[in-house]
Amino acid sequence: MEHHAVDLSQTDEILSKYPAEEASLIQVLQDVQRSYRFLPADALVRVADTLQVPLAKVFSVSTFYKAFALEPQGETIIKICMGTACHIRGAGQLVEELQRKLGVGPDETTDDMKFTVKTVNCVGACAMAPVMIVGDSYHGAAKPARIEKYLGLGEAENDN
Amino acid sequence: MTIESMAQFEELRSQAGARHEGSEGEILVCCGTGCLANGSREVAESLSKELRDRNINGRIIKTTGCHGFCERGPLVAFVPAGVLYTKVKPATVPEVVEKTIEKGEIIQRLLYKNPANGEKIEQYSEIPFYKNQKRIAMRNIGEIDPTDILDAVARGAYEGLAKALFEMSPEEVLEQVEISGLRGRGGAGFNTGRKWRSCRDAEGDRRFVICNGDEGDPGAFKDRSIMEGDPHSVIEGMILGAYAVGAHEGYIYVRDEYPLAITNLQTAIEQAHAFGMLGENIFGSGFDFEIRISRGGGAFVCGESSALMQSIAGKVGEPRAKYIHSTDKGLFDLPTVLNNVETWATVGAIISNGGEWFAAMGTEKSKGTKAFSLVGKVKNTGLIELEMGTTLRHIIFDIGGGVLKDRPFKAVQTGGPSGGCLPESMLDEPVDYEGLTAAGSMMGSGGMIVMDDRTCMVDVARYFLNFLVEESCGKCTPCREGLKQLLHLFDDLVEGRGTEETIENIERTCAAMKLGSLCELGKSAPNPVLSTLRYFRSEYEAHVRDKACPAGICRELTAYRILPESCDGCHACTRVCPVGCISGDRKELHVIDHEACISCGACFDVCPQQAIVTFPKIELALKEVQ
Repeated sequence: MEHHAVDLSQTDEILSKYPAEEASLIQVLQDVQRSYRFLPADALVRVADTLQVPLAKVFSVSTFYKAFALEPQGETIIKICMGTACHIRGAGQLVEELQRKLGVGPDETTDDMKFTVKTVNCVGACAMAPVMIVGDSYHGAAKPARIEKYLGLGEAENDN
Repeated sequence: MTIESMAQFEELRSQAGARHEGSEGEILVCCGTGCLANGSREVAESLSKELRDRNINGRIIKTTGCHGFCERGPLVAFVPAGVLYTKVKPATVPEVVEKTIEKGEIIQRLLYKNPANGEKIEQYSEIPFYKNQKRIAMRNIGEIDPTDILDAVARGAYEGLAKALFEMSPEEVLEQVEISGLRGRGGAGFNTGRKWRSCRDAEGDRRFVICNGDEGDPGAFKDRSIMEGDPHSVIEGMILGAYAVGAHEGYIYVRDEYPLAITNLQTAIEQAHAFGMLGENIFGSGFDFEIRISRGGGAFVCGESSALMQSIAGKVGEPRAKYIHSTDKGLFDLPTVLNNVETWATVGAIISNGGEWFAAMGTEKSKGTKAFSLVGKVKNTGLIELEMGTTLRHIIFDIGGGVLKDRPFKAVQTGGPSGGCLPESMLDEPVDYEGLTAAGSMMGSGGMIVMDDRTCMVDVARYFLNFLVEESCGKCTPCREGLKQLLHLFDDLVEGRGTEETIENIERTCAAMKLGSLCELGKSAPNPVLSTLRYFRSEYEAHVRDKACPAGICRELTAYRILPESCDGCHACTRVCPVGCISGDRKELHVIDHEACISCGACFDVCPQQAIVTFPKIELALKEVQ
């Protein structure tokens, strides 16, 4: 794991909003993740110290939950839903097309740090399967041929 | 205003209802996730602007939660006329305002067209998708603005709470839930009243109620829609539960993938505080209750109750053995009642209408109604709620409108990774907890995924194994290792290396996992495999014996070719082929280069002439030998 130097004042600010106890750990890590777009090692040390939780436990929680990443993520996260409905309606083809277009597979980030591709086990939008989420925009009935459009526009469009 | 008597609550409700008195009706714009993705926010904005520009007053535009008919979104409904427009685009809004709102004309092309007879249906309630439903847990979704508590109160929210706090003892509330026969809507179907009573009887002063909003079953999204579209029903149910068992603290555990649910719940909690439905001395009754939201970290196993409680405590979500009951030792090792979102959402209606009312619906052992998400290869995908005991055939063919593109029905998957796939022969079975379990599947959290002949059952079973390999917490060996081994065995099947022994090993591994796993995730993980083996064994045998995938899905076993008599050379396939392996001039026969083809099926899906067909790849090798 590469060491990424970060400004810890954001971490301190987050920690000040929660009671200094183990029960706050996941909520704190979620805010840290949102703030830095990953969990920097130094921030984890600070979280462990403040919440009085062993660093090993913080690391264990950080790697157990899917919401957390230990490496910097791209500016835009692309999520491909892998729920059952999406699977049978061709979500796999979307992942392959992204691999061809961006040169990265699931859990990888493009060299220019623009995109990180993730597969998600169901985002709960099954009626519009297959679903691809670019940033905050949901694209229903997503088609491989439209991927460039989804990435370029980055906003919801009408598919019907 | 402070509410300290039933009369004051009634007063609040009539005030809430009177807010829109004198208006000329409401325009409901669905802002569920599906409609939002199709631009419903823009539709709502454009409606406001258009009404303003034309100086039309007296119409109320309401953005609501999911109406369920996601397939036809964005949906716009007119109240009290009861007319529903489907697939409304922002660009269509001026026409809607001019014709429908100003002149009272119906725009025919925006009405739902019944695919069965081509008839246009004007009335919302007459559309088959809605007509056959009975909504209790989802009673207010789509009707209310989820961010406005008074709108919810006007539609009956917190009526059950007022009744309980002003007229009933905790014991009486508990009795009504027991009489109702309500069972857990998260999947396992444990009796809710019994669970509450165990918690109430447990020793100790401090106890908790928890709402499980970690809906992780792939193919299910009813809890999402309830939390987004009517958060008050969940909050009201939790307050009632807390009152019944004597808890003063509650948690709602919500998936991180549901940001809108978190926002709407947060807003609802703040508003409930403002009106004295949460906090200290609720409705002047002396009963105190607080709710906190806990955001999940994205782990399927946290839907398991003991794992979820670990996660709220800030720990890794690992389940523990079942002999310790969470009603005795749950969150922070204190007595806890944990129920699913839909269960909580139902409680308020039960207290309002009485336990008997609820128990009169459904089957002998499964009372009331149940929400389902109907998805996959079905025409009308969306969210529905029906009386227990409805047949699968009615759900899929009458409400769902049948299989997409009228292809042959093959199976319906229920219960997520703990459930199974049921074939055509089971379609007339009534849907309830016992029936689904006996058929080798499960109620689960209400996902129903319809599959057609282009779905390979071996691939579906493999899909769930792959899902669970990622989601197993790894604590116990049978689940962690069993799943990995099963996945390897399935890889052999789908890649043409399977033998009779592979299937035997699959069955043996499944038996071991059922026996040895610690929690339900591992114990039920073999269900998708065993149910597909039970009903679709011939498909497994084709993979083994003929090295063929009858559905034409497993890539290593499948090749594609173009029927010369059907191809009209339209180029649709050449445009989508990701590897450029299809050649042929426009209006001439196209040909697939088998060497280069990756069997992805993209061409098959787009061919307007259905000129592309699959055949077993092994035939190519056989031809070479000859």
